Amino acid sequence: MMSDTGSGALRAEVGALFARKRLLALAAPTAILLYLVYVFFAFDIPGIANRARMDNVRILLSDFWTYKTHVTRDNRSGDVIVAIEGEAKGTYAPGQLPDWVRREDGVTRIDLGQGHQVIYEGAGARYTVPGYGEIEIVPEGRALRLTAPEPLPDWINASDTRVAVTTDQGRFSFTRNRTEVLRYQPGWELFFFTLDSPFYGKPALQLASLALWGERVDPARSNIGYMLAEFWTNKMWRHGDVVWALFETVLMAFLGTIGAALAALPLAFAAASNFAPLRSVRYALRRVFDFLRGVDGLIWTIILSRAFGPGPMTGAFAILLTDTGSFGKMFSEALENIDAKQIEGVQSTGANALQRARFGVMPQIMPVLLSQVLYYLESNTRSATVIGAIVGGGIGLLLTQAISTQKDWEEVSYYIVLIILMVMAMDTLSGWLRARLIGNKG
Amino acid sequence: MADIGIGAAAVSSRYMAQVQRKRLYSGILLTLFVLLMAAGFNLAENRNAGGFLNGITHIFDFPAEVLHEAVRNHANLPALFAQFLPSLIETVNIAAVATLLGALMAVMLALLSTRGLARYPRLIPVFRRTMDAMRAIPEIVIALVLIFILGGGPVPAMIAIAFHTTGALGKLFSEVAENTDLKPVEGLASVGASWPQKMWLGVIPQVAPNWLSYALLRFEINIRASSILGFVGAGGIGYDLKTAMQWGQGKYDQVIAIFLLLFLTIVLVDQVSDHFRNRLVKGRPA
Repeated sequence: MMSDTGSGALRAEVGALFARKRLLALAAPTAILLYLVYVFFAFDIPGIANRARMDNVRILLSDFWTYKTHVTRDNRSGDVIVAIEGEAKGTYAPGQLPDWVRREDGVTRIDLGQGHQVIYEGAGARYTVPGYGEIEIVPEGRALRLTAPEPLPDWINASDTRVAVTTDQGRFSFTRNRTEVLRYQPGWELFFFTLDSPFYGKPALQLASLALWGERVDPARSNIGYMLAEFWTNKMWRHGDVVWALFETVLMAFLGTIGAALAALPLAFAAASNFAPLRSVRYALRRVFDFLRGVDGLIWTIILSRAFGPGPMTGAFAILLTDTGSFGKMFSEALENIDAKQIEGVQSTGANALQRARFGVMPQIMPVLLSQVLYYLESNTRSATVIGAIVGGGIGLLLTQAISTQKDWEEVSYYIVLIILMVMAMDTLSGWLRARLIGNKG
Repeated sequence: MADIGIGAAAVSSRYMAQVQRKRLYSGILLTLFVLLMAAGFNLAENRNAGGFLNGITHIFDFPAEVLHEAVRNHANLPALFAQFLPSLIETVNIAAVATLLGALMAVMLALLSTRGLARYPRLIPVFRRTMDAMRAIPEIVIALVLIFILGGGPVPAMIAIAFHTTGALGKLFSEVAENTDLKPVEGLASVGASWPQKMWLGVIPQVAPNWLSYALLRFEINIRASSILGFVGAGGIGYDLKTAMQWGQGKYDQVIAIFLLLFLTIVLVDQVSDHFRNRLVKGRPA
């Protein structure tokens, strides 16, 4: 009888326990779902569908790996300029036009490929689209006269003052002031040499032979040195500046992280309960660490850039201050967890406090310390990119500048690739150092 | 016998030589390191707009100016706190949603890339490289590109942080999952459980405390990330800080209000997450 009621009670208890567990298992996903629903409306996700600029996505996806060449005619003077990305530093010299643009007796023929052809003749222009026909535009007084097969397709956008044609082969626009054709071609044009360089447009094999045994282009220096100088000072891509910016970013991370570790180590000794007998000092230092960490890197960046001005040093100090707090906390915790026997052993040989710390303590905490510092070094390389965007130094600044112009997307993708390579390199380096210095523990 | 005598002397002198060589090497390394630090600092100073010695005397100018104005207008502070509370909540929400979504995706990727648990063992390297790539892309890159497409606001920051969180947490989760006891999984397999059931009932209960602890730590990091991304234009309190800073003098009471809100939030989340992490990992209150 007894055991019967006992098992009955037990069953009821277990039943209640299961019911509670089941409720909890259901409650957690429900809470998460409710939260997500709240955020869905708080962040106005339905509205974002309207605000999203899908045409920007198209621009991004194509501009990341293509470049465009502008063939522009000033309709008042009749001058025709062929320029890569429409920039002055990418302008073709008159005798150097690409083979798909031909100028004869004031007539400019632009071959866009696939049979698409644009001709600038007199004051007007003609665009021949295979399978559709010929679009002709002639200015008449203050308006434009458009002749094209009817009905007009939706890729022709025409008004009295402007006609725009967009096809797969390029874009064409005609206004009273100028006529312009944009041709898109794959690749990052001028990546190695700009148009004014003697090495522009030469195939790789020819360049290699020039570099190794070719006749000197510039008698004053070797070809390979000339090439490197031309590449380094490339006006379009500014490789030299970009490498400097990358280096600045890594420098910020390095100085900040190592500086913080050096500053935090002695402070951590004073904040660890087994080394600092004074409770008040310990307490005060802990609060200092909390303060340094709590004042976000962003705030330190702002305060410091007021004192030191923009640049990599400001960024390095911002990282240094924040991480001194983090390291101080971690190091002091590591110090509190060490084995006291080793210190006693060192002490028994008559070592003073400094020697005890060097030979009794450091060997014990070194692995923890190094693995944390190396981890932070890698993570701070990423932070330094963001901080660089704020303090105006390093690759972060170049990236924000390139994005804010909203047209140099191939440069943006170049920087993104470089940033990712930089972070991966730092990751590999810190992993390798960790393995070399403390074995494969961390 | 003579052998040993000579041996001891030789060993001792060799040992001393070794110690000396070791000292020399560490000495050289240390010098190199110090030189590297000094050179790096010098370089950083040269490329900075203002010098170090110039700046260090002015380091308290700006905080003093801000504090001075804040003290003068201290009556405004409560109203300003109320004014900026919504953007603070937005910043925290960005971090929370990003951590939540990132952690959920990280769970999937971690389980798929852990040896012994993976559903498609051949694809383990693919999932690992995916996580590495997600970790390597800094948040600001994704945020800036998404701002161009989606316009300013919390969503670009949220996606950017969630993306990075997925990679970062995925790696940590997978390291934890590698140490799971496979017996429960085998037991479940023997009664015919499917892969999701094995994971849900056999693995998750073992790793949940550690995973939650890592996720909490990420939440802490993500709050900082979301405030800093706001400054670059992605909404939240960082954006308000930027506007107030651009205004400059006369709005410093706003700056101090935002500083205080941010500071208190970070400290609070720090302490709370520290407490819970200690409980989760060590099974006792901190």
